[in-house]
Amino acid sequence: MERERETHTHTHRGREMEVGRLPISASQRGKLIAAGYTTFSSLSSVSPSDLARDLKVSDNEAHEILKVASHSSGLERSEGSHLIVNGAQTAWDMLHEDWFTHITTSCAVLDNILGGGISCKEITEIGGVPGIGKTQLGIQLAVNVQIPVDYGGLGGKAIYIDTEGSFMVERALQIAEACVEDMLETNGLPRKDFQACQNEMQAKDFLGNIFYFRICSYTEQIALINYLDKFISEHKDVKVIIVDSVTFHFRQDFEDLALRTRVLSGMALKLMKLAKKFALAVVLLNQVTTKYVEGSFQLALALGDSWSHACTNRVILYWNGNERYAYIDKSPSLRSASATYSVTGKGIRDSDSNCKRIKMM
Amino acid sequence: MANMLINQMGLPKSIANIFAARSILTAKDALSLTEFELMELLDVGLSEVTSAVAHISEIVCPPYQSALSLMEQRVQNEFLSGHLPTRLKGLDKALCGGIPFGVLTELVGPAGIGKTQFCLKLSLLASLPTSYGGLDGRVIYMDVESKFSSRRMLEIGAKSFPEIFHTEGMAQDMAGRILVLRSASLAEFTASLQQIKVSLLQHQVKLLVIDSMAALVSGDYEQGTSRQHSLGWHISFIKSLAEFSRIPIVVTNQVRSQSRDESCQFPFQVQNRGEFVEDHTRYDSHLVAALGIHWAHAVTIRLVLEAKSGQKFIKVAKSPISPPMAFPFNITASGISLLNDDGIEMTGPQINAIHCQGHNDIINFDEGRLQ
Repeated sequence: MERERETHTHTHRGREMEVGRLPISASQRGKLIAAGYTTFSSLSSVSPSDLARDLKVSDNEAHEILKVASHSSGLERSEGSHLIVNGAQTAWDMLHEDWFTHITTSCAVLDNILGGGISCKEITEIGGVPGIGKTQLGIQLAVNVQIPVDYGGLGGKAIYIDTEGSFMVERALQIAEACVEDMLETNGLPRKDFQACQNEMQAKDFLGNIFYFRICSYTEQIALINYLDKFISEHKDVKVIIVDSVTFHFRQDFEDLALRTRVLSGMALKLMKLAKKFALAVVLLNQVTTKYVEGSFQLALALGDSWSHACTNRVILYWNGNERYAYIDKSPSLRSASATYSVTGKGIRDSDSNCKRIKMM
Repeated sequence: MANMLINQMGLPKSIANIFAARSILTAKDALSLTEFELMELLDVGLSEVTSAVAHISEIVCPPYQSALSLMEQRVQNEFLSGHLPTRLKGLDKALCGGIPFGVLTELVGPAGIGKTQFCLKLSLLASLPTSYGGLDGRVIYMDVESKFSSRRMLEIGAKSFPEIFHTEGMAQDMAGRILVLRSASLAEFTASLQQIKVSLLQHQVKLLVIDSMAALVSGDYEQGTSRQHSLGWHISFIKSLAEFSRIPIVVTNQVRSQSRDESCQFPFQVQNRGEFVEDHTRYDSHLVAALGIHWAHAVTIRLVLEAKSGQKFIKVAKSPISPPMAFPFNITASGISLLNDDGIEMTGPQINAIHCQGHNDIINFDEGRLQ
C-alpha cells in the first residue's frame, strides 16, 4: 500500500497537488490518492455512491468530500473553464454573465421583436430585395452603436466593411445629425442656434468613429476578417461590425461552389469568434436571389443553403403592401414575428401608419 | 491586392519556400484555403500556419479610413462633393447635388422614353467647363445600339447653353471631348472596358456612359443563372472602375415582360398567404427591368423612366441618399425638362413599377422566348 501511494505521488506529482489542497483529513486524502483520484476533474465526474465504493467509505462521507472538492475547485477555476471540458461554461453562468447588450435600430417595434435591438455577441444576417433598406439599417446601426451610455446606448465605435460601394457619406451624415437631434430632444433641451452648431460638431464626431474599409475582392474580404482580431484588440471600443454586403464578391468569382461553401463557413466561424471574444455585434447584409421551388420562382437569400445555417439570427426585410417589414426568419431565442419600419430622411424609424403592430407568426 | 505574390510579403524564408513548393503563389491562393487545409497541404503545424495567414492577411487587407475623413476628402477634392448636376432642379435636390461619383447609376425604362436623350445631356454637362457647372473633362460613350446622334447632342447644347455654343469653336471643343465607342458584342465590350481602365485617369475622363447594358447581353439571353454569371464579372469590373476613378458611370437598361410564374415573395410569405397584402404593382404593370435581380442589387442608384396615363415620369426608385420621388417630365429641344420640381413622394414598392401607358412603342424583350 505504501509503495503504491509513493508511485502515485511520483507520477502525478504536478496535479497531485490539487487533491493535496483539499481541506480534508489525511486519511481521506490518502484514500483518494490510492484509489486514483488526484485531480479536481477526476472528482467532478464521479457520483457519491461510486466514490463511496472506491474509497470504502460511507455515502455521506463521499458526498462530503465531493462537496468540499467542488467548492475548492469553484474558487480556483479559471474564467471560462469548467471541470469537465476546458473552455466550457454552464448555461446558468452564461445567463448571469451576459445580459446581452443590444444596439437599437431607432424603430421601437423592430427593437421589440429583436429582443431590444441587434444583440451583441451574435451574428445577425439581414437580407432583402434591392432598395428595401439594408444599407440604411447598416448605417443606422453604425451610428446608433455610438449613442453614449448616458442616453441608453453602448458608447462604442463601428467597423463598416463596404464590399459594393453602397456606403454614401452624405447619408451617414444625415442619419448622424438626426440621431444627435433625437438625443437632445429626449433631454428636453430646446434647439437654439448654439445647439445647432454643437449638433454639427457632434454629428461629425459620429462619422469619425466609423472605421470604413472598402473591399474589392473576396481575398480582401477574407484577409480583413482575419486581420480584425488584431485591429479590434487595438480599438477595443468597437462594438459592431457591419458587412455590406457579405454576398457581393462571392456571387460571381466562384466556379467551385464547394470551395465557396468552405470559405464562407470559415468566415462565419471567425466572425462568431470575434463576436464572442470582444462582445460585439456582427451584422451581415445579404442579397436576394430567385429559386425555383414547387413550380414557381420564389425569393431566397443568396449564398445557398449551407450559408443559411452559418448565421445565428436571420432577419428578412420585405415589402407587404405599401409598408416595409422585417421578419425574424431564424433565431435560437427570438420568436418568429414581423414588424413594420420605415426609411425616412432621418434614417430608420417607426412607421407612421396605423398598422404599426407586431405580427406573430 | 488579391494577386500579390507571397514571396514578396516578407514572410520567414522557410515558410515562404514551403508555400512556393506547393504552388501557393498569390495571396488569393493562400486565403482561399482554410487553415486546416493549409496545414495538411504544407505539412506544418497549426501555429505556423496561423501566423503565416495572419501575416498575409494584414498585408493584403486594405487600409481603413474614418467616415469623417472620407467625407472631408470628397468635399475638398471633388466637384460639389462628388456629384454631377443634371440641371433638373428637383432631381438634383433629391440626389443631394446630382449623379454621384464613384457608383453606378442606372436609367431604366421602355424604349423611346428618353434614356438616350438623358445620356446625351449628361455627356454635354460633363464636358462643359467648370465655370458653367460642368466637369471640364472627357466623356466616353459606349454606344451599343448605335443610337448616339451628334446632331441631336449639339442641338441640345445650343438650346440649353446658347451663350457657350454660339461662341466660335466651342461646339467643336465640346463635341471633341465626347468619345463614342461602338461595341458589337460582349467580347468587344469587355476588351474596350479593360482598355478604358488603363487610360481613364490620364485622359481626364469624367463620365462613362454605357447605352445600353441590356442590349449587350440580349444576344446570349437565357433565363436564370447562366445569364447572371455572364454579367457577374462585368458588374464587378464596372463598379470597381467607378470606385477607383471616382467618376460617375451611367448605364441604361431595357425592360421586359414579367413572366407569369415570377414571384416576388419569400417562402414564409407563400406559406402564410392569408396574412399578406397582395402586391398590386404586379397587376398594374407587366414590365420589369431587364438583367435580373443580381444587377438590381449591384446598381447604387436606379432612375426609372416611365409613362403613366400619357405623362412621363422620372422616378428615383433606388437610392441610398434620396426619398422615393417621382417627377413629371417631357422631352424638348433642350433635352429632358421637369414639369414640376417638387415631385411626388411615392410610398411602397410602386416606386419600382415601370408603366408604359399611353406610350406606344415598347420592345418586348421576352417575346420570342416565352414558352
